[in-house]
Amino acid sequence: MSRVIYMDNNATTSVAPEVLDAMLPFLKEQYGNPSSMHTFGGVVGKAVDRARQQVADLLGARVPEEIIFTSCGTESDSTAILAALEAQPEKRHFVTTRVEHPAVLALGQHLEKKGYRVTFLGVDAKGNLNMDELKAALTRDTALVSVMYANNETGVIYPIKEIGNMCRERGILFHTDAVQAVGKIPLDLKNMPIDYLSLSGHKLHAPKGIGALYVRRGAPFRTFLRGGHQERGRRAGTEAVPNIVALGAACALAAKHIDQENTVVKGLRDKLENALLAAVPESIINGDRTHRLPNTTNISFKYVEGEAILLLLDQFGVCASSGSACTSGSLEPSHVLRAMGVPFTFAHGSLRLSLSRYNTEAEVDGVIKTLPGIIERLREISPYRNLADNVAEGEAHH
Amino acid sequence: MWDYTDKVREYFLNPKNVGALEGANAIGEVGSLACGDALKLFLKIENDRIVDASFQTFGCASAIASSSILTELIKGKTLDEALAVSNKDIAAALGGLPKEKMHCSVMGQEALEAAIRNYRGEPAMPHSHEGRVVCRCFGITDQQIIKAVKENNLTSVEEITNFTKAGGGCADCLEDIGEILRATLAGETGAPQKPLIPDMRPKTVPPQNAPLSNVQRMQRVMSVLDEIIRPRLNQDGGDIELIDIDGKKVLVALRGMCTSCPSSRLTIEGFVQQTLRDQVDPDLTVQEVTS
Repeated sequence: MSRVIYMDNNATTSVAPEVLDAMLPFLKEQYGNPSSMHTFGGVVGKAVDRARQQVADLLGARVPEEIIFTSCGTESDSTAILAALEAQPEKRHFVTTRVEHPAVLALGQHLEKKGYRVTFLGVDAKGNLNMDELKAALTRDTALVSVMYANNETGVIYPIKEIGNMCRERGILFHTDAVQAVGKIPLDLKNMPIDYLSLSGHKLHAPKGIGALYVRRGAPFRTFLRGGHQERGRRAGTEAVPNIVALGAACALAAKHIDQENTVVKGLRDKLENALLAAVPESIINGDRTHRLPNTTNISFKYVEGEAILLLLDQFGVCASSGSACTSGSLEPSHVLRAMGVPFTFAHGSLRLSLSRYNTEAEVDGVIKTLPGIIERLREISPYRNLADNVAEGEAHH
Repeated sequence: MWDYTDKVREYFLNPKNVGALEGANAIGEVGSLACGDALKLFLKIENDRIVDASFQTFGCASAIASSSILTELIKGKTLDEALAVSNKDIAAALGGLPKEKMHCSVMGQEALEAAIRNYRGEPAMPHSHEGRVVCRCFGITDQQIIKAVKENNLTSVEEITNFTKAGGGCADCLEDIGEILRATLAGETGAPQKPLIPDMRPKTVPPQNAPLSNVQRMQRVMSVLDEIIRPRLNQDGGDIELIDIDGKKVLVALRGMCTSCPSSRLTIEGFVQQTLRDQVDPDLTVQEVTS
């Protein structure tokens, strides 16, 4: 493939060159086991400690021991949720939202089958939670609330502090899936009412196969993977040292660039979004534009279908994703857009562009130049085009 | 990423016969915006032979490619020859489709059939008329499912979903589809009999026997619309508006999701009209006004 314009960073990110440099020695000469008694392994153990500190620093955790390394965001989510429930066997109610990542959503559905009462909170048209509905859902039987920090499809950021306080006042544990937020917006967990937080390395320029779970000191915990004494007995299995070192390096880098994410990257996203809205009639932004990750735009084009947009963009080397039904195994469009009540006319034609600090203004300009023509081309083919014209002229016919 | 053949890519990137056809004397429409794909097929027929064909498609790459190659396949064929084109022929002409995308070829075949029926003055949506709606999300009838099973030798519910989309939405009908599959494979004639659109009609309130005045009738129609019909349509994201009551003729317009729903005709006849007849007056007829 020739030149690629990668704007699918909420799906996964490139490994930063500094991150690769940091991990390579641990794939080559420094292959010791951190649990070993010899110096050869002990040196590697020090590298794991350093990485733990780097993750803790990015999150603003009190102590590095609050960080447990896992294999991915999904493992972190499962570990936290099952730990909180197992620690309070007398409570049988779990509260989450309809717009969670499947890592939480599917687990919630599974818990329902296992006899838990599970509340899936809805969202409004902008993707925001109704805090009164959340408050009303909390009971003395509620063991845990899990609400994502930011939505992967729309980028909408949830009022995590407010939700956490609401839980804390009632003695309810609170987990947040922060896979999309970590590295994109500043976090300061020591001042946040969060008991558990999940993150994933490959969303912030570390490789795939590494995640972490923050467990607030004092929050109840139960082991998910049993076995050896790694991670102080909280997550057995030999440490994936190169990946752990990489995650540490990626977190250190993210801390350095967090301002850039919220100024430069945000500026590029805003330019892209505004130009597309101006150039393409009948296009809308999905999700609340005021509480949103700086890198994400989710834009819907009426009368066209998302997969077709993606494949035409692919011809120009542009990588993006869509909430269209045809891009998934399912035949229904994105559960997030449906929960927001986005009409089918728009939901099938959604396009998510998610940037990173490696995107350039030239790339943004390239997409601005290419995309409107693609939409126009698909609308030419669409039978609803005439309908659109008629609506525009105020004489709709079906 | 879908594993499309070069032929699919070619017909998607450079589709042939796009757009409305001047002088078309047959049009077939299937699908809807709600379903995620829709095809409008235009035919120009002379002496029972298709002399030209074109299409407009809303949908994914394979839907566009299937529509385009269909127009190529049928040009020059007599109507009877064209009717022999199956969804398998469409898929084969593209060098095959991913199994999850086979419904795109089925959509092509159905549009072709609809266009020819349109030309011959027959009802446009034969399947919806002949069958019982099994999948409410996509408006798929048992007859469409049976046809797909027989023509493509399907043996699992998952395959039926891939070919017809039935069961691919809320998944409530998967058991029902399984039963139709079992019956079809066992060679039983006809699908299991169930009433048209079950569980929709409240059975508790008996129809009034005394003749109604116009005002009474109007009031009762309005209250039944408000209390029974609208809440039910709202559940599916649809809505209904009362446009006029002219004697025993009730004029309504469907709103929301209903406007683009392939089973809207069934909604009007099978649900709205029947409910009003049961609740208000057995002589009422309901007509949809498209605005």
